[in-house]
Amino acid sequence: MTTLILAEHDGKTLNEATAKALTAAKALGAPVHILVAGHSISAVAAAATRLDGVAKVLSADAESLAHQLAEPLAALVVSLAGGYDAIVAAATSTGKNTLPRVAALLDVMQVSEVSKVLAPDTFERPIYAGNAIETVQATGKLVLTIRISAFTATGEGANAQVETVSVPADPGTSQWLGAELSASVRPELAGARVVVSGGRALGSAEQFEAVLAPLADKLNAAIGASRAAVDAGYAANDMQVGQTGKVVAPELYIAIGISGAIQHLAGMKDSRIVVAINKDADAPIFQVADFGLVGDLFTLVPELVKALD
Amino acid sequence: MKILVPVKRVVDANVKIRVKPDGSGVDTANVKMSMNPFDENALEEALRLREAGTATEVVIVTVGSEKSAETLRAGLAMGADRAIHVKTEAPRIEPLAVAKVLKAVIASEAPDLVILGKQAIDDDNNQTGQMLSALLGWPQATFASKIVIGAGTIDVTREVDGGHETLRLALPALVTADLRLNEPRYASLPNIMKAKKKPLDETSPETLGVDIAPRLTVLKTTEPAGRTAGIIVASAEELAAKLKQAGVL
Repeated sequence: MTTLILAEHDGKTLNEATAKALTAAKALGAPVHILVAGHSISAVAAAATRLDGVAKVLSADAESLAHQLAEPLAALVVSLAGGYDAIVAAATSTGKNTLPRVAALLDVMQVSEVSKVLAPDTFERPIYAGNAIETVQATGKLVLTIRISAFTATGEGANAQVETVSVPADPGTSQWLGAELSASVRPELAGARVVVSGGRALGSAEQFEAVLAPLADKLNAAIGASRAAVDAGYAANDMQVGQTGKVVAPELYIAIGISGAIQHLAGMKDSRIVVAINKDADAPIFQVADFGLVGDLFTLVPELVKALD
Repeated sequence: MKILVPVKRVVDANVKIRVKPDGSGVDTANVKMSMNPFDENALEEALRLREAGTATEVVIVTVGSEKSAETLRAGLAMGADRAIHVKTEAPRIEPLAVAKVLKAVIASEAPDLVILGKQAIDDDNNQTGQMLSALLGWPQATFASKIVIGAGTIDVTREVDGGHETLRLALPALVTADLRLNEPRYASLPNIMKAKKKPLDETSPETLGVDIAPRLTVLKTTEPAGRTAGIIVASAEELAAKLKQAGVL
């Protein structure tokens, strides 16, 4: 009875999503192993050995795994799956891309976006953009993705051994051509303590940055966006908060010029404190906001920055 | 090139759903149903590839009840050439079962490319495309925002957590569509009329030899803990004071 977690990392550092998935995995009650798959990943594997409660770290190092392509990564997990009762990954873009492939190859129905572990075989997960919560029971081998905003990160406290595992041959049907990743000095959106989000009311990419950046700087916040703002080109796709974007649950979420469509609320309604700034007093965002400020965001946001001094 | 687009009938994205008080599920009686929005993006992309002369035929397929035929007609009205209805009245069909049914359909249709939505907005599972691709042994590119067809290959730009990445897949391949792949068209009235005459074949999971019995048991469906509206403050200064009080600064 052992659980295997597929680690989330960028090749250099272990992403906090792994420590959150670990918290969920430990609730299954079995020993936990972490699989670090990639190329030249010894630093990531070393970080994984320190996570509290980890019994063993498996290191799979191959060039074919460098870009976390779904086909070789899933083949690797499937090759190890015989020794495990549960396969777990954070519901990040890599986890969501890879784990259903693993599940299908194992003939298992995956439980996606687990938000609570009720028993080792019973889970809660949000459906309909979080407007309903489904409780599901699974039998046999488990394949789970974990909604990371619903779990706290496990801290350090272990000193597990690293074991090298062999990597199956790459099917070679897909090839990584390149990536355009946003470089930001701000905290990562998915794990930030404070998130400042902007909507279409910001009016342009320039104003989006000019209005939100001083507030985000002041609060050491990540910047998010509504789908409307991303579609309009004001913000990058990886900043989208919502049903199909990122799901966040920070201590403080400040929604600026966001009306509050169901799809957006799905991505932020588990935040501890929600603030809404909007000129439309009837905007649905005020229905979920702890503090609302009605008025022109172009005046109010600079005023707020000043008031926070 | 032949493209297969699997589509799903779901509660319309603009409907505020109601959870049944007895915990047995979400009320879908007398609720507006539509094609899953991500599947519309998938179909739109397939149609554009046909209009560009890259694809020769676009076939849509759905797995579902009698009423799912409406979704197929909507897809035919958007411009698909023909439709396949894998009919079943099973109340719950899991992504693994759908993937197996689609694999059986693909065995006879032999498309070069499968494009479908990245997730359905009802179950929010985000599994079917990846599972189908695995069962077929095909390469996959999920969360696509751009597709370029090459010679025997397809380049797909994907939306990932940190930004974008681009993959080159050998065909046949499977792509799941994200919202920014395109802006789906509306069906025109003449096309809605024409769609009524387009071929719509029916089959069933039994005929295809696929067991669609669910693997998971849904114990209950409940309303999430709701948030209640707080207070409206008068000024930025008051807001700053409240945030200090709440201890979130």
